[in-house]
Amino acid sequence: MDFGTLLGLAQSAAELGLICSLTALSLYLSYSMLNVCDLSTDGCFTLGAVVGANVSLNGHPFLALPAAMLAGMLSGFVTGFLQTKMGVNSLLAGIIVNTALYSVNVAAMDGASLIPLNKADTVFTKAKGLLEGSFIEEQYKLLAVLVIVAAAVAVLVAFLKTKLGMSIRCAGDNPDMVRSSSINIVHMTIIGLCASNALTGLSGCLMAQAQKSVDINLGNGMLTIALASLLIGRTLMGRGGLALGGVGVVVGAVIFRLVYAAALRLDMPAFMLKAVSSVIVVAAISLPYLKASWEVLLRKIRHKRRGPADA
Amino acid sequence: MLRLENIEKTFNPGTPNAKTAIRGLSLHLEKGDFVTIIGSNGAGKSTLFGAIAGSFLTDSGSIYLDGRDITFDPEHKRAKQIGRLFQDPLRGSAPNMTIEENLFLASRKGGAMSRIGRADREMFKERLRLLDMGLESRLTSKVGLLSGGQRQALTLLMATMVTPKLLLLDEHTAALDPGTAEKVLKLTRSIVENSGITCLMVTHNMHQALELGNRTLMMADGGIVLDIKGESRSSLTVNDLLEMFKKEVGQGLDNDRMLLS
Repeated sequence: MDFGTLLGLAQSAAELGLICSLTALSLYLSYSMLNVCDLSTDGCFTLGAVVGANVSLNGHPFLALPAAMLAGMLSGFVTGFLQTKMGVNSLLAGIIVNTALYSVNVAAMDGASLIPLNKADTVFTKAKGLLEGSFIEEQYKLLAVLVIVAAAVAVLVAFLKTKLGMSIRCAGDNPDMVRSSSINIVHMTIIGLCASNALTGLSGCLMAQAQKSVDINLGNGMLTIALASLLIGRTLMGRGGLALGGVGVVVGAVIFRLVYAAALRLDMPAFMLKAVSSVIVVAAISLPYLKASWEVLLRKIRHKRRGPADA
Repeated sequence: MLRLENIEKTFNPGTPNAKTAIRGLSLHLEKGDFVTIIGSNGAGKSTLFGAIAGSFLTDSGSIYLDGRDITFDPEHKRAKQIGRLFQDPLRGSAPNMTIEENLFLASRKGGAMSRIGRADREMFKERLRLLDMGLESRLTSKVGLLSGGQRQALTLLMATMVTPKLLLLDEHTAALDPGTAEKVLKLTRSIVENSGITCLMVTHNMHQALELGNRTLMMADGGIVLDIKGESRSSLTVNDLLEMFKKEVGQGLDNDRMLLS
């Protein structure tokens, strides 16, 4: 295989990574900041894709993005409302919304399980038209998604530094403190989930536009894949500032896709994607934990070896 | 300023673990009162604070703050007027956020989209200088890096940044080493006196209970058994206090952390 093909593969892996990095950024807000594990991510991703596809099919490729974000926000609002105002456990709230979203998505797809977007204009076809004839013509997809992701990171980081963003972070960082402060923890949880799911919706919409089709299972496994990206990013960037963390998440998502693409070239079957992402998530979460228990185990062994003390 | 009328609170009602933590308690505080509270373990001191701050609703009775009925106000709404410090210095600030971010949230300035500005930073530095802990040069340090004493001092600053109508101090120096505790207490005194904040302080230090403030309450079994103020208080010694308690309750003051000195 020649260098050009490899570069092409890397480019499409990077595009995919950047698109999914928006979902990872969504978890950066809900999982890392707000400390809520939002299990509605998969369904919300598909929701964004379906809504985006429908709006695109109606001739509004750009309007599709805010529309998908709005749909994501609504879904996040329901998840947040269930767990703060209806007494539903937060994990359960996500699962319930995820299940319900399947029906919503099929309904929004008019009962079909696939929407082709071949004839519709997308932000990517628009970008292609714009760049036609220039030397970066071939990279139209990468550039378009790069611009959108850069904007999303900038807006998210700026948002986290506003009073509202700080209040959301505070609600995740020290709920005890927030409960006895004037910050309304219920509002913060709901607003945080709305913002985070808006990003997931946007991510789904871009995925639909990039691959020119949506099927009902598009979002399956997105949560784990995004979580893997997030944890890779965190390992790379450490616990630096907010901006560094946000960029780290994006870099993590791209690295995840690049490694995955490389594994595919080495004959790993494509269906392994979800298993690989699960293993990465488990490793990233468990390794620090196992390291601690390992040290205790070593101490125990050394202790035993020394034998009983002479009493 | 603060008026409690016949408040009651039973935890786990109707179960074998039912515990009446507050029974028919009434209390009236004047504006600017600095009241110290002492009592045995389980006398209901912390429950009283929880009831005032709104951590839970009382089973019966009414609570008025500055003439307004706050009996059913949610905790975060009361927190706009009530500052609260706990014994655990980690409870009052967000460890993964910077000092300036914590202070900014406490200052409650600006709208939802406002950001920390230069003027804010100057104001934070000025306030932090009062603590005399060198924190004014560490505005962008994460709060999790501070010592317990530094965090409690910061929490005190945050709780009084917007002058509250009422300040609740729940043994807020008990978990600190003696030197730091002294410093935080001094700071508490100067802030409370300078701003004329009405203040309730639980302490296990009998000496402190008499020395600080203008009124001392003794609690036992969910009620107030002694209320000492005015002239009778200024001549009182720790021994007198213990005697009075024994006479009133029929048994000695039993608090495993009690300091008599």
